[in-house]
Amino acid sequence: MSNILEMTNVSKRYKDFSLKNVNLSLEKGYIMGFIGPNGSGKSTTIRLMMNLIKKDSGTIKLFGLDSEKHELAIKDRIGFVYDENHFYEDLTIQEIKDFVRPFYTKWDEEIFEKYVDQFELSSKKKIKELSKGMKMKFSLAVALSHHAELLIMDEPTSGLDPLVRSELLEVLQSLLEDENKSVFFSTHITSDLDKIADYITLINNGIIQFTKPKDELLEEYCIVKGGIDKLDEANREKWIGLRENAFGFEALSSNKQEVRQHFGDSVMIERPTLEDILVFFTRRADRVSSY
Amino acid sequence: MNILISNSSDEPIYMQIVNQMREQIVKGELAEAEMLPSIRSLAKELKISVITTKRAYDELEKEGLIETVAGKGSYVASINKDMLRETKIKMIEEKMAEAIYTAKLAGLSLEELQEMLLLLYEG
Repeated sequence: MSNILEMTNVSKRYKDFSLKNVNLSLEKGYIMGFIGPNGSGKSTTIRLMMNLIKKDSGTIKLFGLDSEKHELAIKDRIGFVYDENHFYEDLTIQEIKDFVRPFYTKWDEEIFEKYVDQFELSSKKKIKELSKGMKMKFSLAVALSHHAELLIMDEPTSGLDPLVRSELLEVLQSLLEDENKSVFFSTHITSDLDKIADYITLINNGIIQFTKPKDELLEEYCIVKGGIDKLDEANREKWIGLRENAFGFEALSSNKQEVRQHFGDSVMIERPTLEDILVFFTRRADRVSSY
Repeated sequence: MNILISNSSDEPIYMQIVNQMREQIVKGELAEAEMLPSIRSLAKELKISVITTKRAYDELEKEGLIETVAGKGSYVASINKDMLRETKIKMIEEKMAEAIYTAKLAGLSLEELQEMLLLLYEG
């Protein structure tokens, strides 16, 4: 098994936020969804991967190469899509393309034309005249036109309508038909990931909570709802994001089987969505419900 | 081959694939030696993750229903006829046990039950 992306014990300290001991790896040929609430460290992690900011400690390797020592060689093999437009607003699609093209050794004009066609982009249009969805598609076309082996995207679906989002997911899946390509993308729209992601990594407060195959995650975790009398001190700390009110409690559990054995039919057990898992994990423990 | 995925089902997606493909193989709708789509193109078509389709194929392989040749792909395995017969006999036994249980509840004697079976069998 070869890891296309590997971060080991990476830390980065800011005055009011720090990323602590991030360990992350992605195997070749798979899609990883990187989820977490706003301000949890998703973009910081991606900027570290892209060597846009310097880490304080740890190692970052892409394609087995050190991210600082081999920056150029690595970037030649990466397609990068930001959530915001990073092109000059006053240039046309054609002009930007001509500008970007020489930076990549494997630029493929034919592929670019194919995507421009498929995404219905008009090459004479200026960037500022494009809709948000169009900008993302253009950014994606550029990212895909130099035979990148790894696509890294920071919140590519935010602010896009469901139709464009589903188009994007389709493009990603076509890409993944080639087992040598991989995709890493951050998002807080978890319904997109419900469909296509192989692995999910959850980050909160600068700390990675877990990385798991999505299927396992959705099968092992469950939402439990029940009467307050079912809560006792012994099992209290096992719950994730426990909430109590006058009529009962609800919480997430990472072990559906154990919950079934322990409680049987005396509590309600539901299958969580990724969104549920995100919400329960990131609930502030110190915020007690009203009493 | 038809595969329909339900997102609201309680059954995990890989099991839905396993069950539907197994049924089509046992019924002969998927013939022996027929090539199956690759895990990657199946994932793309069904809009699900590669890990899920891989797991489904692994499971079918474990059950001996499909075979995978590295570099070539997966295809329907030759089904062992004896094994298939065995499975069906087991199914019949289970259903008969159920019928006997209900018959006993209704107070039917063995003779009455046999008579019923004879009538139904001869149609």
